[in-house]
Amino acid sequence: MGEEVKLFRTWSSRFALRIVWALKIKGIEYETVFEDLSNKSPLLLQYNPVHKKVPILVHNGRPIAESLVILEYIDETWKQAPLLPEDPYERAMARFWAKFGDDKVLTSIWSVFIKQGKEQEEALVAAMENLKFLEEEMKGKKFFGGERIGYVDLALGCLANLISVFEETIGLKIVDEEKLPLFYSWMQNFAEAPIIRDNWPPRDKMLVKFQALLDAAIASSSSS
Amino acid sequence: MADEIILLDLWASMLGMRVRVALAEKGLKYEYREQDLRNKSPLLLEMNPVHKKIPVLIHNGKPICESLIIVQYIDEVWYNKSPLLPSDPYQRAQARFWADYTDKLYELGRQLWLTKGEEQETAKKGFMECLKLLEGELGDKPYFGGQNFGFLDVALVTFSCWFFAYESFGNFSVEAECPKLVAWSKRCMEKESVSSSLEDPLKIHGFVIMMRKELGVE
Repeated sequence: MGEEVKLFRTWSSRFALRIVWALKIKGIEYETVFEDLSNKSPLLLQYNPVHKKVPILVHNGRPIAESLVILEYIDETWKQAPLLPEDPYERAMARFWAKFGDDKVLTSIWSVFIKQGKEQEEALVAAMENLKFLEEEMKGKKFFGGERIGYVDLALGCLANLISVFEETIGLKIVDEEKLPLFYSWMQNFAEAPIIRDNWPPRDKMLVKFQALLDAAIASSSSS
Repeated sequence: MADEIILLDLWASMLGMRVRVALAEKGLKYEYREQDLRNKSPLLLEMNPVHKKIPVLIHNGKPICESLIIVQYIDEVWYNKSPLLPSDPYQRAQARFWADYTDKLYELGRQLWLTKGEEQETAKKGFMECLKLLEGELGDKPYFGGQNFGFLDVALVTFSCWFFAYESFGNFSVEAECPKLVAWSKRCMEKESVSSSLEDPLKIHGFVIMMRKELGVE
């Protein structure tokens, strides 16, 4: 039976990127549907009525939403190149770190990017505390998944590119190689890994996008 | 070798109750250790250094944190009794999606009893919208898991003992807005694993009164 796999995404969505990587790592053929979030298609609204967001994976006509849920679905449906470990305790730890990434790490790094002055200093302290936990988790490992890229690497992976975009835009170092040597190495190893390196969104477009977001944030904070 | 299971928890926490329900569903014996979150124990800080929160399950000395992650862990280790997640990957994805969605309910519920005036009204509206969506997902099934009590049932049922508190402070009736959901929660309460794990709604109400005073909401 022919498999029909479609991925609804935007060019820059870091959550959709997780799914691109997972599908390619597993060698799954799929069709990409690019969405304009300012003009959402009827299909997007039909497939994800609850959140109206991307990514959405549609497998043989059935939609799955929420990137971490999609990753587990992909891993359970296509068994080659497993993303999650077999052992239940290791799986629980992987889910924990992915959730930590989404709930705390990404948001704290975003705060460093978008805030100014004293607020930015405080955000950097908070981000460092979070990153130190990841640094600790990297001990003795090349990737969070061990020798191979796994679920946690894909969940945190956007940071390997996004952090450098942020650093270039605001002119501030967020991940210092001396303070976070293991995390810094992971960022390099992950960003340069096969498949990962071929699928980053265009850097020039990213710089333009985030500069615009920063300008808008600065403008609204100085007018309030 | 017998399993050693310890649960670090707070009696009123609906998130902690999820773990209690899951452990009961699997017929597991464990040691319950009540935590004082105003004076966190060395064990809690050691076992959950990242978030310093409950619930934490400690299985043979190894900690697992985050209630839904703990429930999945329990389901995977003790897989041959009362499976909570279905076996089909698509059904599993749906259960996980909606279980994640209940996090939104948790946040809005907190706003409901932590705030007053317009902020509270906004939280109340959002809360009811969430409940209605969940009620839609239940449909005419006896449980969210279909014929059998499952993962999403565990994720949501623990909120039901908080309904009375939410209703009192938010001034609304869950039953009036979501009768099917209330019927479902009563059906769940007929299960020993649920009735023995959920707390008395009146006690929860008292807990919220105390928290509001402590946090200066009154």
